[in-house]
Amino acid sequence: MNIVACVKQVPDTETLIKVKPDRSGIDETGIKWVMNPYDEFGVEEALRLKEKLSGEVIIVSVGPARALETIRTALAMGAERGIHIVDPALDSADPFTIASALAAAIKNIPYDIIFCGQRAIDDDCGQVGAILAELLGIPQVTVITKVDVDGNTIKVTRPIEGAQLIIESSLPCVVTAQKGLNEPRYASLPGIMKAKKKPVDVKDAASLGVSIDVKAKITKTLPPPARPPGKIICGEDPAEKARELARLLREEAKVI
Amino acid sequence: MAKGVWIVTEQRYGTFRKISFELASTARKLADQLGEEVVAILLGSGIEGIAGELGKYGVDKVYVADNAVYEPYTTDAHATTVASLVKEHDPSILLLGASAQGKDLSARLVGKLATGMATDCVDLKIVEGKLLASRPMYAGKCFGEVMVSSYPQMASLRPNVFPVVENAKNASITKVDTPIDPGQLKTKVLDVQKDTSGKVDLTEANIIVSGGRGMKGPENYVILEELADILGATVGASRAAVDAGWRPQKDQVGQTGKVVSPNLYVACGISGAIQHLAGMGSSKYIVAINKDPDAPIFARADYGIVDDLFKVVPELTKEVKKLLE
Ligand SMILES: Cc1cc2nc3c(=O)[nH]c(=O)nc-3n(C[C@H](O)[C@H](O)[C@H](O)COP(=O)(O)OP(=O)(O)OC[C@H]3O[C@@H](n4cnc5c(N)ncnc54)[C@H](O)[C@@H]3O)c2cc1C
Ligand SMILES: Nc1ncnc2c1ncn2[C@@H]1O[C@H](COP(=O)(O)O)[C@@H](O)[C@H]1O
Repeated sequence: MNIVACVKQVPDTETLIKVKPDRSGIDETGIKWVMNPYDEFGVEEALRLKEKLSGEVIIVSVGPARALETIRTALAMGAERGIHIVDPALDSADPFTIASALAAAIKNIPYDIIFCGQRAIDDDCGQVGAILAELLGIPQVTVITKVDVDGNTIKVTRPIEGAQLIIESSLPCVVTAQKGLNEPRYASLPGIMKAKKKPVDVKDAASLGVSIDVKAKITKTLPPPARPPGKIICGEDPAEKARELARLLREEAKVI
Repeated sequence: MAKGVWIVTEQRYGTFRKISFELASTARKLADQLGEEVVAILLGSGIEGIAGELGKYGVDKVYVADNAVYEPYTTDAHATTVASLVKEHDPSILLLGASAQGKDLSARLVGKLATGMATDCVDLKIVEGKLLASRPMYAGKCFGEVMVSSYPQMASLRPNVFPVVENAKNASITKVDTPIDPGQLKTKVLDVQKDTSGKVDLTEANIIVSGGRGMKGPENYVILEELADILGATVGASRAAVDAGWRPQKDQVGQTGKVVSPNLYVACGISGAIQHLAGMGSSKYIVAINKDPDAPIFARADYGIVDDLFKVVPELTKEVKKLLE
């Protein structure tokens, strides 16, 4: 079984996002970069399938030089090799362009399953996995919490509003991972040592034949609207506080 | 030239989901500014009869494909039909819901139509004849303004944010043929396991009552359920509560859970970690009940009570019951 896992490097979830004064983007100083949490579930699932069915896990990432660390993290978890697509022109690319670059790199390698995260927690687009599937001409199953491979088909669980779907898909296909799929492992010390020697191919847009044409452009980045300061409700006892809160919700906020 | 504001509606078992009317109302507003038509696509099985309902919310024309191949939803069948209609008619704008189905379908369409899309938008407007979208990024830690320069200009709408506005039109209904061979579909829904709770999903809820580690254990959520029942609310949870196994994964609110935007969010025994605030910070009103006056949740709350939630919540339930009777 040949498995590809796409990983994106994103700011750690603890990060306080600061918008640049000219609103052209976020201020990256001091940010700690980590693997997108949903991609960790994808990498973990890829490794589990490989351990069960044998084969290879290949990590693919588009990102600046620093993204190599994230590829190394996945290699330290147990993946065999990596492809790092580095090109300054891709730094502010949209999902279609990113997926085009991923597709160009992946179409030349053998694959049965491609894992992506259900969304990257920086841009929150949730598009790349499906676009990649379309560009490769294969099916997609998105936001998945359980995966079973059976020969040439895959059976997955997909939560939707008010229900869970059990879906079967032919292979190859793209699976986008949702929290709940598994508990990602930590890289072991020997894993980290080994990862340093694992091969990582470096490519740029030109060598992959990807043309860069950003169709969805972020024209401005803004801080969230400020919230007026809140009110701490005083009272003699819990009952009195609760009564006052109920009144405020009804009469002032008018939400109940 | 690309013309028309198009929406892909969503229905289940022959009933429109609310997002369909949010889409229609939003499309109407944009179309009026552009002087264009609102066109809806409706796919399903045995659904022809409901198409006319869309006229009530400003839709001029509905393309209906009524065929068993569309039920239950699969990406393949829906994306193929929508893409072929869009390629034939060349709309300027294409809107979908950022619901489970809409997210899956819209992203595939971005690939099929080789265009751009702003996901999970909270505001849309026309500026110099083009669609300008506003959307939360980093789970709401900042907002991006997005301009799509290719056609159709795609956007998905966050459920529960855009108002439903009645604007009666006599929608014309056009049946379309479906050239899809079910044998060609690469995915198949084997089973639909419905939740038995009967509660609306967190992403669609008007009111959410949420509990964190301060709830102390799964058995105590009953006090939140009681409050939620009175309020018609859905119960959510922090990641600490989900990771402890007290609540199912689908209840998690936050940066790696659901991003929600209810009218009222009541946080009980939740400290307000940055990842949690990211997921619920855009709620219209936030209430925090926490015994620690320094809990960061209070900095984001509109109303706060510093006290033991086990004493406050049952009293609140009583008081709300009195008010609503
Ligand atoms: C990669 C990553 C992703 C994450 N994603 C998310 C996410 O999506 N969503 C999320 O929620 N978290 C997320 N977290 C976790 C987050 O950092 C916090 O750990 C978590 O939100 C804490 O949950 P909590 O507020 O319930 O628990 P705590 O922080 O332990 O807070 C419990 C609160 O309950 C109060 N309390 C206790 N007893 C009572 C009582 N009797 N009455 C009143 N108050 C009481 C305490 O004062 C305290 O403030 C993520 C973390 C990481 C590292
Ligand atoms: N730059 C990238 N490099 C590798 N994979 C990516 C990249 N961007 C997005 N992806 C993958 O696509 C998923 C969804 O991303 P997005 O559509 O940006 O929310 C991520 O979880 C990754 O698995």
